[in-house]
Amino acid sequence: MRTLFQFHGGVHPPTHKTESTRTPIAQAALPSKLVVALHQHVGNRAKPVVQVGERVLKGQKIGRPEGKLSSAVHAPTSGTVSAIDMQLVAHQSGLPDLCITLIPDGKDEWIAHSGVDTTQTPHSDLRHLLRKAGVVGLGGAVFPSDLKADAHHHKITTLILNGAECEPYITCDDMLMRERAADIVSGAQVLRALLQAEEVLIGIEDNKPEAVAAMQRAVQDGKHQGIEVIAVPTLYPSGGAKQLIRILTGIEVAAGVRSTEMGVQCFNVATAYSVWRALAHGEPLLSRIVTVTGNVDHAQNFEVLLGTPLNELVAQAGSRADTSKHIMGGPMMGVDLPSGTVGITKATNCIIEASPALFPPPPPALPCIRCTRCAEACPAELQPQELYWFAKARDFGKTQEYSLFDCIECGACAYVCPSQIPLVQYYRFAKSEIWQREREAQAAEVARARHEYRQLRIERDKQEKAEKLAQKEREAAAKAAAQAAAVPTPLDPLAAPDDTQQLRINEAIARAKAQAAAAQPKNTDTLTPQQQAEVAEIEARRAKIREMAADSGADDEPPKSNQG
Amino acid sequence: MWSSPFITQPTSVSQIMLRVLLALIPGIALYVWYFGPAILVSITLASITALATEAAMLKLRQRPLKPFLSDNSALLTAWLLALSIPPLAPWWMVVVGTAFAIAVSKHLYGGLGNNPFNPAMIGYAVLIISFPVHMTHWLTPHALGGIELSFAEQMNYMFGGGLPQGLTLDAITMATALDTMKTQLHLGLSISDIRDMPIYGRLAGKGSEMVAIGFAIGGLYLLFTRIISWHLPVAYLAALFATAGVFHLLDPAHYVTPLFHWFSGAAMLGAFFILTDPVTSPTTAKGKLIFAVGAGVLTYLIRVFGGFPDGMAFATLLMNICVPLIDAWTQPKVFGKKGDGK
Repeated sequence: MRTLFQFHGGVHPPTHKTESTRTPIAQAALPSKLVVALHQHVGNRAKPVVQVGERVLKGQKIGRPEGKLSSAVHAPTSGTVSAIDMQLVAHQSGLPDLCITLIPDGKDEWIAHSGVDTTQTPHSDLRHLLRKAGVVGLGGAVFPSDLKADAHHHKITTLILNGAECEPYITCDDMLMRERAADIVSGAQVLRALLQAEEVLIGIEDNKPEAVAAMQRAVQDGKHQGIEVIAVPTLYPSGGAKQLIRILTGIEVAAGVRSTEMGVQCFNVATAYSVWRALAHGEPLLSRIVTVTGNVDHAQNFEVLLGTPLNELVAQAGSRADTSKHIMGGPMMGVDLPSGTVGITKATNCIIEASPALFPPPPPALPCIRCTRCAEACPAELQPQELYWFAKARDFGKTQEYSLFDCIECGACAYVCPSQIPLVQYYRFAKSEIWQREREAQAAEVARARHEYRQLRIERDKQEKAEKLAQKEREAAAKAAAQAAAVPTPLDPLAAPDDTQQLRINEAIARAKAQAAAAQPKNTDTLTPQQQAEVAEIEARRAKIREMAADSGADDEPPKSNQG
Repeated sequence: MWSSPFITQPTSVSQIMLRVLLALIPGIALYVWYFGPAILVSITLASITALATEAAMLKLRQRPLKPFLSDNSALLTAWLLALSIPPLAPWWMVVVGTAFAIAVSKHLYGGLGNNPFNPAMIGYAVLIISFPVHMTHWLTPHALGGIELSFAEQMNYMFGGGLPQGLTLDAITMATALDTMKTQLHLGLSISDIRDMPIYGRLAGKGSEMVAIGFAIGGLYLLFTRIISWHLPVAYLAALFATAGVFHLLDPAHYVTPLFHWFSGAAMLGAFFILTDPVTSPTTAKGKLIFAVGAGVLTYLIRVFGGFPDGMAFATLLMNICVPLIDAWTQPKVFGKKGDGK
């Protein structure tokens, strides 16, 4: 039996998980349209590679990754691209973002795809395939998995698979583990190989005995060595990556430190599943499991195509008429979605239909009575009451001194607060104010540098002018002296070096001018308009070729040793 | 916009305060059993005064009445103050003490959550400084079999009617066990002689020791239901015990046992109900220990070497002053930043 560690604090909110685990995962109906966001991951937004009106096949790439930290986006089914424009997206900002709208043709016609033998394929190729398949962390952080599956020169001892799913209401990982454990475990093996980790620990909260049993069975059946399925005590937020790492290994990963630096890497179970599907079957990330629960007639988990409009999904669970809003995620850390029209994204693990009866608005907050129940509940071992006082007083320097940025916004403090103070909102406010100030400070710094440089330049120009003037005056004086002398005085020891020096300077200036003239491109100076147009066209073609080359180089290049 | 978390635990300030009030009931019940129902009258009087003052101050400060009047914090202040002063205190003393506690020491500092000093102890301090004589007339327990006033006669006295013919206040009241011990020691008696006096029981004062046990029982209830943390009562009682123990060991003839100190005066009430006021005590675990140890040592020193009959109130207030400093100096290390990474 493995010794488990504890993290500080934590709370036991009512789980509300049984509502959505009574029936197996259902395939959500094909929606009337798909609104696929191009920014469903951490990093740069994917760049659309299809045109409006183009027919696309299921699994065809419609957005390619831009830069290193980015991920691909694919057509979740076959159909026609009807729009590429700004739409509201499932994100807490409530701001619109670029989306590709796809009208399904109902044929669900796959693009040609095939898997690779993961044990025979070089690791760099596997990572490349993950990037190509748009696999990102499905626990909510949506960090590109290809980057996380790289140890970055650190020795990884332990790979942790996070199946804790500690947030109330959410059961998508639970159901996935119950039904598709074998693929998850296979995915874990691939990730372990990529990280060269010694052991794999799969942490699951002990309120999911079926999932624990299914995963253990999958490990036994697959005869996997060095994989351990561990039931951890149910305590929110045990599913926070840092908390789970602490529970399973005893290691505390401080804020701002990567767990890989301490020899641990952590993936969500659903990510491991997608890794396996992408590599062994060549299926890009087109759908995910979404729990639809709350104010619905039959709460359930659905396998949902990415981009499915929220309204069409919740209707299948029988969303009730008095639903006042849609929460994405759990009730502790979820976000209130801006609209029912947003498309499901890779980050959408759960939709809670909320009604005033189910989630009554909190009563007006009373003053803090310093009871420190928040501090007792805080898994980051902060002093939430101090942070609250400082944030309220807009003393942002102090909030940072009291480790504001170590706050993971799990909501445990606000959950236990007897004065019903919306503590997390104060922390978000303080953080955003600090970021804003940093941005302003940076802008001011840039402006200051620019101003200083300008002053410097003006000063330099002035000096140069003054020097030139002085030079001229000296020359004039010298000439006058020479003329006045009439008779040359070759033995003047002071005048001679001055004159030769001036001569040298003049020569140097003349040389430099000649060089500058020679360096100027002269062949385009006297072109006819026709010739100029031709040149421009050639340049444009060149740019396009460069772009295509960059694209294929970064992305489309086939794995070199596929056959291997 | 409302943002996460969207759920909260159904605890409230009002419930917490109510639990503390409930925890006082065993002590109050024993109080009534040993000293008669007069205490209930002063508790009621203090409660009414507290609520009226709270309402008036909220009105003046243009704050909503309902959420604050129903938070039970004013009631708790009233009960603690009533339990700290002699039950036969004239009605106006109860009113003045309570009104001062609520109006000045609570609302003038910003109301609930903002007062640096424990309001009940401020009320007590005002009374003992202003009316020291009245504050020493404690009821004698029934067990002593002395002259006792009927409830009607007690009420008559409390509300200004004077005592029945031929009786003086001294005849029906006495100093506390703690106070008697101090004055008798000053008169040159030894502890064993003093302890033989009829007012003393097994642990401390007859009757009052049982009330202290009642408060301890209520306090343990608060401890086990996690309304209060263990740090304050445990550290306080330990510090009081240790300080008293050192003196007692050095000179047992002149310094009473630590147990005597535990069960006399306001030690138990203070340990579980007064120091534990979250508003006026430190927030960190280490800070709570420092605060309580300081209060324990100060209680002993004021009791034994000071001029007041008990040291609890002033020890609390003195330590209240130190709370911001203690908090600032005892901030714990956060997750992952404790040095060794484990």
